[in-house]
Amino acid sequence: MLRITNLVKSFGASRGEKRKRVFAVEDISLEVDEGQLFTLLGPSGCGKTTTLRCVAGLETPDSGEIAVADRVLFSSEKRIRVPANERGLGMVFQSYAIWPHMNVFKNVAFPLQVLPRRKRPSSKGIKERVERVLGVVRLDHLASRQATDLSGGQQQRLALARALVMEPPLLLLDEPLSNLDAKLRDEMRFELKRLQRELGITGVYVTHDQVEALAMSNRVAVMRDGKIEQVGAPREVYERPISRFVADFIGTSNFIDGSIERREGSDYIVKTPDGPLRVHADADFAVGAPVVVAARPEHIELTVGENGTAPNHWQGRVEARAFLGEVVDHVVSVGSREIRARCNSKVSIPPETDVAVAFHEEAFSLIPAGE
Amino acid sequence: MTAPGAAAGALRSGIVGRDTLRRLFSGRNLIVVAVIAIVFYIALVPLGFLLWETFVQDGQLTLERFREAYSAIGLTSMAANSLAFAAGSSAIAMTLGTLLAYLIVRTDVPFKPLMFAASLVPLIIPGILHTIAWIFLASPEIGVINLHVIQPLTGRSFDVFTLPGMMLVEGLHLAPLVFLLMVASFRSMDPSLEESAIMSGAPLSTVFRRVTIPLARPALYAAVLIMAVRTLESFEVPAIIGLQGGVWVFTSRIWHVLKDKPPSYGQAGAYSMSLLLLTSVGIYLHSRLAKRSRSYQTVTGKGFRPRPVHLGVWRWPATLLILLYFVVAVVLPLAILLYASTQRFYSPPTRATLSDMSLDSYRDVIHSDLAVTAVRNSTVLGLGSATAVMLLMAIASWIVVRTRLPGRWMIDNVSFMPLAIPGLVLGVGILFVYLRVPGVHLYNTLWIMFMAYLTRYMPYGMRYASTSMFQIGRELEESALTSGAGWFQSFRRVVVPLLMPGLIAGWIYILIVSVRELSSTIILYSPGKETLSILIWEMNQNGEFPQLAALGTMMVGALIVLVTLAYKLGARIGIREA
Repeated sequence: MLRITNLVKSFGASRGEKRKRVFAVEDISLEVDEGQLFTLLGPSGCGKTTTLRCVAGLETPDSGEIAVADRVLFSSEKRIRVPANERGLGMVFQSYAIWPHMNVFKNVAFPLQVLPRRKRPSSKGIKERVERVLGVVRLDHLASRQATDLSGGQQQRLALARALVMEPPLLLLDEPLSNLDAKLRDEMRFELKRLQRELGITGVYVTHDQVEALAMSNRVAVMRDGKIEQVGAPREVYERPISRFVADFIGTSNFIDGSIERREGSDYIVKTPDGPLRVHADADFAVGAPVVVAARPEHIELTVGENGTAPNHWQGRVEARAFLGEVVDHVVSVGSREIRARCNSKVSIPPETDVAVAFHEEAFSLIPAGE
Repeated sequence: MTAPGAAAGALRSGIVGRDTLRRLFSGRNLIVVAVIAIVFYIALVPLGFLLWETFVQDGQLTLERFREAYSAIGLTSMAANSLAFAAGSSAIAMTLGTLLAYLIVRTDVPFKPLMFAASLVPLIIPGILHTIAWIFLASPEIGVINLHVIQPLTGRSFDVFTLPGMMLVEGLHLAPLVFLLMVASFRSMDPSLEESAIMSGAPLSTVFRRVTIPLARPALYAAVLIMAVRTLESFEVPAIIGLQGGVWVFTSRIWHVLKDKPPSYGQAGAYSMSLLLLTSVGIYLHSRLAKRSRSYQTVTGKGFRPRPVHLGVWRWPATLLILLYFVVAVVLPLAILLYASTQRFYSPPTRATLSDMSLDSYRDVIHSDLAVTAVRNSTVLGLGSATAVMLLMAIASWIVVRTRLPGRWMIDNVSFMPLAIPGLVLGVGILFVYLRVPGVHLYNTLWIMFMAYLTRYMPYGMRYASTSMFQIGRELEESALTSGAGWFQSFRRVVVPLLMPGLIAGWIYILIVSVRELSSTIILYSPGKETLSILIWEMNQNGEFPQLAALGTMMVGALIVLVTLAYKLGARIGIREA
């Protein structure tokens, strides 16, 4: 549905300094299938919003190609640049960008009213379509309300309705939930996901919130410094991060440096200063190669007392704990390092207690050192 | 992969295709180019002609004009007078304005609304009426204050036709401007900065000296510079009071040499350039200050409710000061105008004249063809220039705030340049343009004054428009684009409606100030093209004081309506701005 090829976008640093250009997007290629929600995830300044704005037509890329449903919207090679208002995409802005001088109905009707005359529906047709889409986002009872009188969640749905009223082939969402409070954000997350699935919308979703990205998308692209670091299904990206950056950005990880000691089938034995770890990995690593083992805290089990020193079983001492409601975080010192372990709320071990630290198999992912 | 370095902005976005040409000549680009051209034309061309006329004679670069101008008799005293007048009236305005602002914002004095009403006075009493009213109040022979207060008390008279007299009249007229500037500054000051000084154990006087004043310093400097420029370019007081007392300054001198037969354009140019140099330095310093003091800003966007300082025994002197200011700056000038308008021949109020009042002078004015013409000309010019300026500046501010056009900051700077050009100097520049350019017959029409007003009020229009433009999130416009609206549609249906409060506020402001414009108009008007302020000027020259007062009273009435309307409208529209 959406195909981006070798997209590059740079900005001039500031007035007068022609030579200094900051590359916001550096050679990105990706493809989004029909009916999928594709998420661009990354810290601020990673180029995710710039990428989205290039698709929308609000930024002009330096080079590359963007096509939606086989219609080329931008191509530096073929010298095509369709203006934003002729692309026919729907977009939801971070600030919602609800027009404060129009009421709810007029906000949603606007995209239909500005269609060229030959494509524009009759005013009755406009009314029907606006009412239908307002019904979908459950705002039909507020149609005549002034847009600024809506609550945050309602404004959010209004922005969505305005983007959907054109029935665009592609919906672009720029951090649409980041202005909502935590509770409402949870609700809207499910609501958005439901709408997307029910209406079969193809969407590109930009966020810096990993929970949002994991919960909503069919596929996630983790971006860093203008490049895509890893693309995959949410579970894949979470469980098999290919770099330290991804492992660190999505969820929390303990990073344990070591080197490959030997291979046993599809498992590797990793030598670390605090004891050996047995890690499953699909990728190939040479014996002796320096690696980093990323261990998810939620797959680390603590038991009071000693437990021998089999692979993946270490001895440690609880240094601190923090009760977080659903879970209890423990900081355990093992040899020279500190390991964070996340236990369910029934397990709460006071500091200064000696514990056995058991890493479950699924806690690990193996990452080449230096990435 | 590298970016196309040089090709930037609009041209860059034309990363081009079969329809590059179509896009290059799109309606949007044509409008943008036209607006930029107009802004540059009206700001720069009169200055260019002024330079040419002053420094070039028979195709040769020369300083002859300056030699001529500065060899005239009494030149040193004129320059000294100019500076003394500027310094003195600024000092009076600064002292009064700052003191009153502090009392109103930070202390528990009563009658606060009275002071805010008084701060509108410069808007509703044009400078020329203020000046003439003060002649009635403080001239040594007929001045009411002299006759009834000063002479009985001291046996002597205060002479308004002297340098100190001029300073007082000008200072009183400008004090409200300082007041408003300083009120804004005192209000935006975070009280926790002072409170933390108090908590550190400092007594109130130390807090004032070590915290309050340093925090207000950028605003104080800014106000001083604005005052310096305004007093240097002031025309009404020097021309009406100064000439009668033989006190010459730059502005009155420029006007004088242009009234000579034949007019000495070169000398006028030389004086204008000198004055322009002084005011430009002021504006330049002011803009530098504004840039630097941004790091100094105490505004955090939170609403403060500063705890008022309890004045204690000082409360009564402070109250007296406010009442006295209100009477002297507002009540007396308006009362004397009202009184003068009821007399057949002006003489100072006595029991006899007060019992013999008539409305004859109002009838005279209403039935005078000249007055009707003046009202019509002023209305046409006011409405025309206010509308034109706001339309132009809506687009110009959009270019500056929204586009990535290279060099767009120049439009911003150029549109603010006229702030440094005294009205009289601008008048001279525009006169040169349309006297010298063959084939353009604007002289003897209202158009030449329209050009002057367009130039003079462009900076204000820009400020109103760009302030509102900054408040409109970029995304509001982008969402119109992604909704399929073209540039013109999104400008008309999203940008302009959202700008409207700012545009209307600016429109009314320009309407108000253009109706009172005197210093450019007096250079450019021709018989039959008089405006209201010109008519008042002429009536003053001819000694038709009752008619002048009647016309002035009606003008003040109309301005009160306009100003009230502006405030009502501003408040009503303001609510929906959220």
